[in-house]
Amino acid sequence: MAQETYETLEYDIIVIGAGGSGLRAAVAAAEGSGLKVAVISKSLLGKAHTVMAEGGVAASFGNLDAPDGWETHFYDTMRSGHFINNYRMVEIFAKEAPDRVLELEAWGAVFDRTPEGRIMQRPFGAHTFRRLCHIGDHTGLELLRTMQYKAIHSGIDVYQEVTMTKLLVSHGRVAGAFGYFRATGRFVLFRARAVVLATGGWGKVYKVTSNSWESTGDGAAMAFRAGADLMDMEMVQFHPTGMVWPPGVRGILVTEGVRGEGGLLFNSEGERFMQRYDPERMELSSRDVVARSIFKEVQAGRGTPHGGAWLDITHKGPEYIKRKLPGMYEQFLTLADLDITKERFEVAPTCHYTMGGLRVEAETCATNIPGLFAAGEVACGLHGANRLGGNSLSDLLVFGRRAGMGAREYVANGVTLADIDEAEIGQEMERVLAPFGREGGVNPYHIHERLQEVMTNHAGIMRSGEILEQGLQKVLELQEEARRMSIQGSRTYNPGWHAVFDVENMLLLSEAIIRSALERKESRGAHWRTDYPDELPEWQTINFVERYEGGSIRVRTEPVKEMPEHLAKLFTYGKAPGLVQQSEKKEG
Amino acid sequence: MAEEFVLSVWRGDASGGSEVEYRVPKETGMVVLDALHYIQHNLAPDLAVRWNCKAAHCGSCAAEVNGVPKLLCKTRMDDYQGETVSVRPMKTFPIIKDLVTDVSWNYQVAKEVPPLAPTVPAPFHMMQIDADRVQEFHRCIECFLCQDTCHVLRNHQAFDRYFGPRFMIKIAEFEMHPKDGADRVPLLAHEAGVNMCNVTKCCTEVCPQHIRITDNAIIPLKERVADRYYDPVRLLWRRLSGANPRSETSAAT
Repeated sequence: MAQETYETLEYDIIVIGAGGSGLRAAVAAAEGSGLKVAVISKSLLGKAHTVMAEGGVAASFGNLDAPDGWETHFYDTMRSGHFINNYRMVEIFAKEAPDRVLELEAWGAVFDRTPEGRIMQRPFGAHTFRRLCHIGDHTGLELLRTMQYKAIHSGIDVYQEVTMTKLLVSHGRVAGAFGYFRATGRFVLFRARAVVLATGGWGKVYKVTSNSWESTGDGAAMAFRAGADLMDMEMVQFHPTGMVWPPGVRGILVTEGVRGEGGLLFNSEGERFMQRYDPERMELSSRDVVARSIFKEVQAGRGTPHGGAWLDITHKGPEYIKRKLPGMYEQFLTLADLDITKERFEVAPTCHYTMGGLRVEAETCATNIPGLFAAGEVACGLHGANRLGGNSLSDLLVFGRRAGMGAREYVANGVTLADIDEAEIGQEMERVLAPFGREGGVNPYHIHERLQEVMTNHAGIMRSGEILEQGLQKVLELQEEARRMSIQGSRTYNPGWHAVFDVENMLLLSEAIIRSALERKESRGAHWRTDYPDELPEWQTINFVERYEGGSIRVRTEPVKEMPEHLAKLFTYGKAPGLVQQSEKKEG
Repeated sequence: MAEEFVLSVWRGDASGGSEVEYRVPKETGMVVLDALHYIQHNLAPDLAVRWNCKAAHCGSCAAEVNGVPKLLCKTRMDDYQGETVSVRPMKTFPIIKDLVTDVSWNYQVAKEVPPLAPTVPAPFHMMQIDADRVQEFHRCIECFLCQDTCHVLRNHQAFDRYFGPRFMIKIAEFEMHPKDGADRVPLLAHEAGVNMCNVTKCCTEVCPQHIRITDNAIIPLKERVADRYYDPVRLLWRRLSGANPRSETSAAT
């Protein structure tokens, strides 16, 4: 083989991932700092998974419900996260979200308006007040596009369609990242003084998923291999309402906005079954509860023809539906030949979000590797055991900015570029090219399909010790088999080759999900175990943290950060702070 | 034998290529992208095709199906019962490989559009009726099908004289924003080349987001340019006073 070469690019800060949090981080790192900043994207700019967020961005403006405020947003987020969240992250988040949304408005996002001309807010599951600022049902697209145009005018270099295969750490601190341009297959080394990971989640490990092909956990897996801590990996969100029929669309998201705008859930017997599971909040209960309720109804034989529940919004009338949910109307009309203004439709849970991820400091988003920062879905701590709808978009903005600032401060302390080990780069190039040379190996797509089958059956919405153990064995076997992945064709834009690294990342993270799920011997939020069906107070004080050492995963426990008194007090009234204030006012 | 769809997919790179036939088992509700995934997973793992969300939200999978620019994730195979479905890359942009084209020119143009320049700080006081006018343009998913179909770019390759429909609606989005204070009319008249469009509405026809690109963005922008540069009264005034139309503020339109 001829001597392989690679291009070297040097930056102060690189941001890997160009979704909402990556772009927000890059803007924070670059604006007015004079630093050289690059954003590296796996696909084209503006296509990241952020576009799939539909319903809205949560921020407690109180434009419609005046008593809303950061305390109530904090309360709702902690409560729905079943109290294993990092309270400090939640506090920062709830306080800063409104400012981040207003920034978007100043940068060109045009939200729906109230009759008074302010930003419109819609109700969403388990939010006490109407809180989700939105643009019809394409809020994520608006956020991403706004950030994209902000970023390209902020002096940031953008590298599109790059696969990163290795995070480089030298003498205990981050040195950069190595990978290749997908279009040509040419290798590239990014040297950087600090690295921000904003690579999103790994929902693609499941068969029925709302996630795009990109969500393969590349950043989490790369950082994990390099020594970063993963936390709460057992916590995977299944969104209650994915499309069910026809087969090709199974899993595509049906926004929670349908229920937010008044959509009702029925079982095959025409019963509003949420009455049985959460009579108070009904359809707008938290996602873990609604998803589990639909699952239980199907198990009890009360499912729809293709194994889901009916969602009905027809009573709102065609004009209203087309105005507030234009994407949903179009999606069902073209893909399922169904007019949601006239007919009810089938929905079932679909993998949507990974609450677990890289363990970070609340203030700076720093990981345990010096110089490495993480924000957005790849990071962990804000959402606890269950994420609230609308909280992920504000997460991207609040912690994207903080990660960018964290990296900037770290660099300002005078760190230089870390050394690069030439031998390590040589080995990595060899490893990355190896699948071309293997004879008669296995097809990466087929390994992926089998992994999805295993994870859906063994680590899905319903779990038990026994089925998790079986799942773990199967994942370990697949990891063995995956060593023989081979591909054909050239290095020019070869999706089969790209899939090899996606699959390797997903195999590692799948193992991490199962190992963590085995340890948590209770049911909490999204983690439901039939052998331990109750939520147990003694587990509320623990997070499970995983580290990759010597080729294997070690799980340890870390105490959940305890809330200071002024925050703990918010939970003593039995209802949200905003509602307490409201009733005090009435009494007064 | 199970029922099949027959696809003829363009395979090749910058140096050339040709259509290759593939047979794919039928499934209810299948879209063209599903069929291409079947090919990729089972018959040709190196088949290059861009896609992300598979729900018509991201605009990655633009290509030409039986000659018509379309999103692959939104185009049903059963719309072509009994036909061989030909899938080719967008014609307007240089080929990288198979169905993947080099659309980087669009990202260069994007940098030329001056961003929103608010005249007041947020939060804005803005009524829904004012938001409505621009929100339509915000639905754009940057699939570049409008750029692909626009004959100024497709047939005349006038990349140096016209930004294309996508960027007309991007400019319109800012120009018609009630709180914007920048003046993009000189840009429209010159670098962006709004006058290159001769209003055939092909872009509107292929827009998967049903944005009325020509009627609601391009024509009003043309009117702003005409007002500024071709209004006979103003022409006379400029001749007499020696004023330069580039320096006129948007308040004058």
